[in-house]
Amino acid sequence: MIRLDELTKVFGTPAGDITAADRIDMEVPEGEICVLLGPSGCGKTTTMKMVNRLVEPTSGRIFIDGTDVTKTDPITLRRRIGYVIQQIGLFPNKTVEENICAVPDLLGWDRKKSRSRAAELLELVALDPAVFLKRFPKELSGGQQQRVGVIRALAADPPVMLMDEPFGAIDPINREVIQDEFLRMQSEIKKTIMFVSHDIDEAVKMADRIAIFDSGKLIQYDTPDDLLAHPKNNFIADFVGGDRTLKRLRLITVEEAMMKDPPRVTADDSLSDAVAKMEEHGHQSIIMVGPRGRARGAIRLSDARGQKGRVGEHYSKLPTTVRINEDLRNAVSAMFSADETWLACVDDDGNYKGYITQRGITHILGATYRDQ
Amino acid sequence: MNRAASEDANVRTYEDDGFRDTDYQAAGRTRNRLKSGIDRLAGAMRLADAIGAGTLKRFNGVIYALALFALGAWAWASGILQSIWELRDDVIYLTFGEWRDVTEFLSGDFSATLQHIPLVLVSGLLAILVGVPFGVWLSRPYMARYAEALMQVLNVGTTIPTLAILALSMSVLGIGSLPAVFGLFVATLLPIVRNAYAGCSSVPSHLIESATGMGMTPRQIMMRVEVPNALFVIFAGIRTALAINVGTVPLAFLIGGGGLGELIFQGIALNDFGMMLAGAIPVALLAVFVDFLLAQGQYWLVPRGVNPLR
Ligand SMILES: Nc1ncnc2c1ncn2[C@@H]1O[C@H](COP(=O)(O)OP(=O)(O)OP(=O)(O)O)[C@@H](O)[C@H]1O
Ligand SMILES: [Mg+2]
Repeated sequence: MIRLDELTKVFGTPAGDITAADRIDMEVPEGEICVLLGPSGCGKTTTMKMVNRLVEPTSGRIFIDGTDVTKTDPITLRRRIGYVIQQIGLFPNKTVEENICAVPDLLGWDRKKSRSRAAELLELVALDPAVFLKRFPKELSGGQQQRVGVIRALAADPPVMLMDEPFGAIDPINREVIQDEFLRMQSEIKKTIMFVSHDIDEAVKMADRIAIFDSGKLIQYDTPDDLLAHPKNNFIADFVGGDRTLKRLRLITVEEAMMKDPPRVTADDSLSDAVAKMEEHGHQSIIMVGPRGRARGAIRLSDARGQKGRVGEHYSKLPTTVRINEDLRNAVSAMFSADETWLACVDDDGNYKGYITQRGITHILGATYRDQ
Repeated sequence: MNRAASEDANVRTYEDDGFRDTDYQAAGRTRNRLKSGIDRLAGAMRLADAIGAGTLKRFNGVIYALALFALGAWAWASGILQSIWELRDDVIYLTFGEWRDVTEFLSGDFSATLQHIPLVLVSGLLAILVGVPFGVWLSRPYMARYAEALMQVLNVGTTIPTLAILALSMSVLGIGSLPAVFGLFVATLLPIVRNAYAGCSSVPSHLIESATGMGMTPRQIMMRVEVPNALFVIFAGIRTALAINVGTVPLAFLIGGGGLGELIFQGIALNDFGMMLAGAIPVALLAVFVDFLLAQGQYWLVPRGVNPLR
């Protein structure tokens, strides 16, 4: 856990004093990612660097797991905090292995232990140790360097990580890949992380909580969904963007928004049974599933009413389905491109799990406003 | 802040044109110059390595062999070769000197005379041992305030011709090998200090930040990050410095320092072409040899990750 208490930094410059951090109060709970967000020069980096004492606070205090950082020896402190900078900062004179082992070496770990850990960590980010351990940084691509930069900070297994735009120096596509990779790692290692970004999309994706700064002040500190749904003032609303509700779509999975245990029919059911089921639920159509429960097709009320025969003879193909672990943004996109107001939701094996409607999505997005 | 200031400050490096580099202007020589210097150096050295490694095209080999043969034939016909051969004992003595003289000199008996190679070794090693640590020390953040001023002094020092340095040295220390060693030491020192300083202060600040952030002490940062990353530039400085050194040693004779200069200058004075060449040819060979050795050192000792040659 990281706690900042009235943290203030004033830089004295020839042109006058600059308050880069103005009485910041915040707490990053154990195992969570807190993203510091804000326009350029608002004090994100300064605030973060005070945690590992690369910048000494003018006043205020910082606690990591209850111990006052300002009273800890900075060298010892920094070896217990993983640190990643935007320029990555791999040492060009050292191999990938030596880079990863930098902190373990400082801590005097057994060589064998640290070297095998380096190999493990490389595998964690999908780099083959046999290929990469002995390479030098100049022999890596930008994305590979970034990965090595992150695992180097993880090498000594620090409980706390500080990351200053760690994925900034990379193209958008690879950035997504690395972000996903990192989130997967974090779900296992559960570090307490302070993460600087200036990209709202990255913040929404990575953060458990977002702290938005403006000229040295912490303006709002909330979960991504609350921040997007309830921006505190115009500055925040402008900063998160006019499409902020669309951004919230990313935060909700299909599973959370869908109607579960939906009615269904099989190919052998008669059309009159299907009609009865639809009328019972007030639906305009119903999904036909296969023998193992996979969504196979749909049958419309208007087509089935008054007809004789079996469902298997009259069903129509599904235009598209959406998987339950996707986010609502993908669901909405699929709905719009198929020109449908509802979609069948399936799991990874294609089993029919529920359905999602445009109304249901509107409803779940609006819930946060109705609760107030 | 200090570091940033010293980084942006003008740094000037020696390149392979150490002798001619007297058109010095303090302003506007920045790290870029250092970089392009390194590139040019790298190009030049790749060439030298190619020759050294014997990867000459056969065609070139034939031309060289023919030229060498023609030269040899001419030398033989004019009797120069014979007169060089007659001087062989002198050449060997003036090149290597005697071990006893070296030990005596090093143990403080400065009346002993150092000959050619001992002069190079003693003054060169001394300059490396003093120059590298001094340059690194100047690049420390707490020295930033004085470092630039000191570099200016060194720059002015470089514009003084080496012969004048020897003369000045003689006027203070008298005649013999001591003023020669001292003069050579001073002339060799400057490029070494400057490159060590420039190399260390041009290590990117984000490397320092990432090293500090992971909990290295200032000393660890210096030894594990700054010096290794500056090593290629430091080596380039040593190469230039020793080229100056080897080129100046013949002048040591003029202040009683010993060495092959004796044959060259006496050859000139006596109008004895053979004697002059008996001095000049080994001097030239030695210069090539020393640079070859250092090029190999630079190639193999500088870590691959920061070695543009590898
Ligand atoms: N060492 C320093 N001396 C003086 N002023 C500084 C120093 N470091 C930062 N500042 C000032 O403090 C303010 C906050 O800087 P900081 O680096 O924290 O911004 P940031 O939010 O990280 O911005 P960016 O997104 O551009 O990285 C800026 O106005 C900056 O000019
Ligand atoms: Mg910043």
